[in-house]
Amino acid sequence: MISRHRLETLTEPVIEWIIRLCGISAIIFVFGIFFFVFREGADFLFRELDLVEFFTSPEWYPTSVSHKRYGVLALIAGTASVTILAMIIAVPFGLGAAIFVSEFCNPKLKETFKIVIELLAAIPSVVWGFIGLTIMNELIIDLFNAPIGLTVLNGGIILALMSVPIIVSIGEDALKAVPDSYREAAEALGATRWQVVYKVLLPAAKNGLLAAVLLGVARAIGETMAVLMATGHAVKIPHGVLDSVRTLTATIAAELGEAPVHSDHYQVLFLIGVLLFSITFVVNLTADLIVKGIRQK
Amino acid sequence: MFNKSRLKQNRMALVCLAVAFTIFLAGCGQKSDETTTSVSGKIAIQNSGSDTMVNLAQTWAEEYASINPAVSVEVSGGGSGTGIAGLINGTVDIANCSRQMEPEEVERAKKNLGKEPVKFVVGYDALAVYIHKDNPLNEVTIEQLAGIYGEGGKITKWSQLGIKNTACPSDEIIRVSRQSNSGTYHYFRETLLGKEKDFKLGSRDLHGSKDVVELVGRTPCAIGYSGMGYATEHVKKLKISREAGKPAYAPSLETALDRTYPIARPLYMYTIGEPTGEIRKYLEWIYSDVGQGIVKQSGYVPLPQEERVMASK
Repeated sequence: MISRHRLETLTEPVIEWIIRLCGISAIIFVFGIFFFVFREGADFLFRELDLVEFFTSPEWYPTSVSHKRYGVLALIAGTASVTILAMIIAVPFGLGAAIFVSEFCNPKLKETFKIVIELLAAIPSVVWGFIGLTIMNELIIDLFNAPIGLTVLNGGIILALMSVPIIVSIGEDALKAVPDSYREAAEALGATRWQVVYKVLLPAAKNGLLAAVLLGVARAIGETMAVLMATGHAVKIPHGVLDSVRTLTATIAAELGEAPVHSDHYQVLFLIGVLLFSITFVVNLTADLIVKGIRQK
Repeated sequence: MFNKSRLKQNRMALVCLAVAFTIFLAGCGQKSDETTTSVSGKIAIQNSGSDTMVNLAQTWAEEYASINPAVSVEVSGGGSGTGIAGLINGTVDIANCSRQMEPEEVERAKKNLGKEPVKFVVGYDALAVYIHKDNPLNEVTIEQLAGIYGEGGKITKWSQLGIKNTACPSDEIIRVSRQSNSGTYHYFRETLLGKEKDFKLGSRDLHGSKDVVELVGRTPCAIGYSGMGYATEHVKKLKISREAGKPAYAPSLETALDRTYPIARPLYMYTIGEPTGEIRKYLEWIYSDVGQGIVKQSGYVPLPQEERVMASK
């Protein structure tokens, strides 16, 4: 016993430090990554990038010989259109499924359902992209008589399927966190099950559900491979869901590998990275603040 | 109870450690090997670059392994730019290119490595223009292609080419292109539009030679360009003429070699400085009749007999 005690007094602080290091490392990594991404692009940002052109021109000609133009408006429009469409599809489905799993489902079905949803989250994004490129492409051509199936619609549906699992699992947690006494009180007042959900649970869990949706949005904005393959990768501002677009993430993925290191093109791609980082950061921060809002209640 | 929770804490720490260690290892693992170091006792030649040439390079490497088992040629694709970037960084021994190195890239290689890159022509490739097999169009002029692909070009409908593409009800020409740093993209742009002009925005920019043919084969409204060797049964290769009124030629070995087909180009391999040792032997073998036979088998155009002497150009 005595020897063990001694060993523990020795190991205890060491382990405590290791755990502390693990915790801090996450923060260091995030800031480190931001710093390095920003540093790679900073030179061009301060030297000659025309910020007005960068944000307002849809002309993306990074490898033009005579006249290089770096406008990301079309790319932002691409990311926004695909994300918005994905959310229009995913939010009702995701929240509906979350309500079903947490309130209406019998326990046995619930287990199966959760496993299936988790399975949906486990499909790699390249596989989703491949589905978009082959099956969905032909389906959209046939169903809508479209000239090509690699469109906002294709990418939106795929992103929706990818973000539904996140919305469901976080949404379900939020609903579960509502104390049972709320449900009992509502039922004691004679409310039907739907009334309990609609009048009591949704208002009580609204912050958690909003956080679920925002995390789904972050997932959709950050997704790369699937949208690279499914949206057609065409630089243009979409006029409808049957237009091809190109997203910010897909542009980086497609072009960074071959942009000469430290060239202007390379630096602009890193600036797009900074832009994406900022967008996702704002979305995540919003989600986080909302979740904090729940805890304080 | 106290002991139990402490045990839990210990386990947590272990898990943390394990995770950290794995991340550390993964980070290390990704470092690429030094050039021509021995991997499992063999001499490795790093060969990377053009996506157009990747199948060809792979076949060469496999054949060469049976002839000279002491050398393993490690092939990867990614695009001409990727190969050149690797060459400049010193991680690649032979860069496959479907375009020439830009003067700027040569400068950077000289600055980085102190030696000049050396260029070898190892074969030719005819760039085919593909359309869906149900499209009735058979031939096209360079000028028309420029009107379809070029910035400011006026051709956007199939009917403007004088045909009725019944498989494509919207009549819209769907342009399929490559990502803007592929060698194929640059070569096609230069041939159609000259050095100064750009393509129209809004084309579907795919990442590989094969993807282009694949997508065109699935899309009745599409037109795309890719290496001649990538043809499938779902697509049709267009005959191409230099200008309206002139005869149009289909891409083939003969028309590429005698230059009647207008979009044929040399395929290059670059090394840093005159190659020596195993790299030299490998290139000499590529110039041999066996090596050139593989060029033909892979769907590209082999060097004519008088050019089959290894010489830097």
